[in-house]
Amino acid sequence: MTDFLLELRSEEIPARMQAKAREDLSKLFVGELAKAGIAAPRITTYATPRRLVLIAHDLPERTEAVREEVKGPRASAPPQALEGFLRKTGLTREALTERDGVLFAVTEVPGRETAQVLATAIPAIVRAFPWPKSMRWGAASLSPESPRWVRPLQGIVALFGSDVVPCEVAGVTSGAVTLGHRFHHAGPITIGSAADYVEKLRACHVIVDQDERAAIIAVGAKMAAQGAGLRLVEDEGLLAENAGLTEWPVPLIGRFDEAFLAVPPEVIQLTARVNQKYFVCRDGAGQLANAFVCTANIDAADGGERIVAGNAKVLAARLSDAKFFYETDLKTRLEDQLPKLDKIVFHEKLGTVANKVERVAKLARWLVESGVVGAEILPGTGRGTAGAAGGGGGAPAAVPPADTPLHHPADGPPPRTGEDMSLADMAERAARLAKADLVTGMVGEFPELQGLMGGYYAAAQGEPFEVAEAVRDHYKPVGQGDDVPTAPVTVAVALADKLDTITQFFRVDLQPTGSKDPFALRRAALGIVSLVRTNHLRLSIVTSSFIAALEGLGTGWPARDAQAGTLRETIAQFEPIAALKALAALAPSLPKPGTPNPENFEKAVRAAASVRDFMLERLEFAERSGGARVDFIRAAVIIDGANAREDDLVRLLARVHALQAFVTTEDGANLLAGYKRAANILKKEAPGSSKHIPETGEEDPLAMVEDPDFAPVVAELARTNREARDYDRELAEAALVAALDAAEPRAEAAIDAEDFAGAMAALASLRAPIDAFFTDVTVNDADSHKRTARLALLARVRDAVHRVADFSKIEG
Amino acid sequence: MAAPLSFQKMILTLHDYWSDRGCVILQPYDMRMGAGTFHPATTLRALGPEPWNAAFVQPSRRPTDGRYGENPNRLQHYYQYQVILKPSPPDLQELYLGSLAAIGIDFTQHDIRFVEDDWESPTLGAWGLGWEVWCDGMEVTQFTYFQQMGGFDCKPVAGELTYGLERLAMYIQDKDSVYDLAFNDAGVTYGDVFLENERQMSKWNFEVADTDGLFDLFRKAAAECENALANDVPIAAYEQAIEASHVFNLLNARGVISVAERQAYIGRVRDLAKASCAKFIETQTPVWQAKYPGWVA
Repeated sequence: MTDFLLELRSEEIPARMQAKAREDLSKLFVGELAKAGIAAPRITTYATPRRLVLIAHDLPERTEAVREEVKGPRASAPPQALEGFLRKTGLTREALTERDGVLFAVTEVPGRETAQVLATAIPAIVRAFPWPKSMRWGAASLSPESPRWVRPLQGIVALFGSDVVPCEVAGVTSGAVTLGHRFHHAGPITIGSAADYVEKLRACHVIVDQDERAAIIAVGAKMAAQGAGLRLVEDEGLLAENAGLTEWPVPLIGRFDEAFLAVPPEVIQLTARVNQKYFVCRDGAGQLANAFVCTANIDAADGGERIVAGNAKVLAARLSDAKFFYETDLKTRLEDQLPKLDKIVFHEKLGTVANKVERVAKLARWLVESGVVGAEILPGTGRGTAGAAGGGGGAPAAVPPADTPLHHPADGPPPRTGEDMSLADMAERAARLAKADLVTGMVGEFPELQGLMGGYYAAAQGEPFEVAEAVRDHYKPVGQGDDVPTAPVTVAVALADKLDTITQFFRVDLQPTGSKDPFALRRAALGIVSLVRTNHLRLSIVTSSFIAALEGLGTGWPARDAQAGTLRETIAQFEPIAALKALAALAPSLPKPGTPNPENFEKAVRAAASVRDFMLERLEFAERSGGARVDFIRAAVIIDGANAREDDLVRLLARVHALQAFVTTEDGANLLAGYKRAANILKKEAPGSSKHIPETGEEDPLAMVEDPDFAPVVAELARTNREARDYDRELAEAALVAALDAAEPRAEAAIDAEDFAGAMAALASLRAPIDAFFTDVTVNDADSHKRTARLALLARVRDAVHRVADFSKIEG
Repeated sequence: MAAPLSFQKMILTLHDYWSDRGCVILQPYDMRMGAGTFHPATTLRALGPEPWNAAFVQPSRRPTDGRYGENPNRLQHYYQYQVILKPSPPDLQELYLGSLAAIGIDFTQHDIRFVEDDWESPTLGAWGLGWEVWCDGMEVTQFTYFQQMGGFDCKPVAGELTYGLERLAMYIQDKDSVYDLAFNDAGVTYGDVFLENERQMSKWNFEVADTDGLFDLFRKAAAECENALANDVPIAAYEQAIEASHVFNLLNARGVISVAERQAYIGRVRDLAKASCAKFIETQTPVWQAKYPGWVA
């Protein structure tokens, strides 16, 4: 057994591509070995900026001989069949073997030297390498078929044991010679075998193992900060990036002018991180310090003094730019930036950002006035955002968490609180200012700071704290693990912004398809789910997206700019529609009470229904990711029979949880079994008849009917039903009726109170009567009256259950 | 340690260095342009199969970067040092590092890094892969392997080095303001040479330039480009594309081009530049194929 070393040395490989390249190298190598019949060996891979390395342990010296047999046609088969088989195998008739009257193509691949396999594998790997971006270079690039690599390939070390595996690819011939550190070790190095590779390179100032380099940077940077009495702000991404930019990392600490601390700390951190790949530090009080840690790629002769001075100078130039932008931005009030939003196209079909701001402002106000977002949505929370469950770890956020107060000493007087403004006024105000920072100099330079800068500028110009906070946080939550806003004003704006985006894109048929979601609507939908859940917002998705769509259609509400009260009344007009579930069913004959423009009304309804389906699908996705059973969600979504959908996410989840708890109890499992039996019989015996028809005689059938022309029909129907019931019920049958009579009102009351566990408990009382009914009563009675009545009773059982959830969707 | 090189001595050193390595040393192109890459010695010569090695200084004009002489790092007119080597030699990185050593950068005390930075010029229909070269964290050079120019594959690929001369000089001379740079060794500073220029040109770029006249110039340049193309003189056509590009930059600085129009103007310039490249290839292909049988664009 022998080890194999492969080093592909090139000009500097982008840091962000190195990890994936190691994986790909390993994958391709295993694939090439497999073709030769060699099982996947133990593999180690390394990457530095200048080399991609693979060490395969314990390879056999030779491959096994492989005998492969392909069955062909019978010897007696027609000539066409034989011809086809010969074509497929590329053999002649003589080369085939006959056995028991059947022809076989037998290929024998003799065992090969592993070194030979490797010699063909290396060029194949180089040619097939899936770099995200690759290039041609040099004299060979006169031909368009010239080799491609991430950057010019410079050398190949290929050693099987201590022997060179001879091969040539991309104009490079393999050998045993490589180079050490670009500046510390100029000459060539001859490698003996895989065993001495890592240590030989270390002696030439190259630490081959990326994890070791990252560890050196992590420890060195921390020590450097400690040495200066500071604490390093750790950053995994930056660690990996610096490890990918160095072969001999040396962390060095430097200082910048304290005057720059007047700039918001997030700006300093971002400048240092993104532009310069520096770490930042905090002082004992947790405040950002005027220090940075850069990672050099050499042990400088002067201990790094010049390197630090040079880096400090660059950072100073960048920070003075940032300071300039910040100070310039502060001179213009956010509302004075708004006209510029008129010139930014949000989407060609959806107008400008200014149009969006207008819509979001109205929607945010509506969310407050309609009671979706109230002053006390999460009592007792002092902070603006709730920490995400399980958050904290993971990738560093592009925008730093809002852990710093908005007010900054340099900003002037502290912002007032919004005691003199109503919640609705603050929500609308914040929404109007929320996008203004997009046209500030700072956000132009650092788009990642959108929202955050707006928050600073809003606070600086004396907006109420709640407004400034909403401007800052209204993009949240940006992804899973991000903080979810809980401050009422912020929640209103964050929700309105996302609801508007989703609804408008759906309205113009730009919904996500397959893997394509160019406007990040799925993320926005998950954001809404988080906002609703965290804050227990009672929101009808249909109604709210309907309102949003109408606003986008430009019709708006009948009284667009009316006083709040009028607006509320206008909305109230639409509420019964949502209640009717007509929207949900997407019925073509929708009622159109008092709408100014029926065509737009219908468009808005369609948009609302598709937004609802999309939101439900996203909720299902989120729940599934959290380990929930999808069938419970699907069951709980369907209420009141086939068409109506629950579109209040909080209530939906309450149903799901009650269902989940109930079905796992013995009562639940039995009721489920009884329900399924009833549903199956109904499906078989009375397909398509799931109408509510009064059965017990206690109700007045005419009470259901509003249409006078229809009344005689219903009366007649009721009469025949009554006749059908005029027989002696069997005991179990009567018991089930009695149980239903008792359970239905209890379940109904519980549902009204949104006590779904209570509703389930009421239904659970049906369990024994149902079981007895199935034991003692024959549904399919010869007497058609009895049969009809018993089917109706089963339908009643089913419908009672359906008031809570569609149990037929529950698996098992 | 010897006294650091003056600004002009640095240029002369680079000239000597690249001259010794077989480059044609050109003088700046006599037209206003935004970057050395626009120079026909780069753009047009990157096309076709023939070897081409050249180095030159190109004054670069970026009207929107003007700061009236008040920002120590930003200028509306500055110098780029361009080296173009076609095909890209196998030791291009070493050649480049040699040039840094020549102008006084000591690799035992300074941290040189090649950091991914792919280059793309929509106006030239060009892109390439490469790095920004960092010296102690400062970007001092753009290092690019051209892959496409004018929408055509580069066959062969050219290596392009673009040194930011002022930055390098500020670094070598350890100055915080570009205006404090020693231009020569006789006491003349960069500010003595260019400060008033920056003040006046910033004012002209942002406030004074007659926009009607500029719109007119843009139209005329575009028309003249078409005229030259129709008459098979692509080098002349390309000059007009350069002109149109710079006039667009001026209009942009005057703030008279809306966001919506911007794309249309850039598209127009790109079409002119690409058409010039296409025509250049078309007219030169017979010459190239005579020397490189089988070569096709």
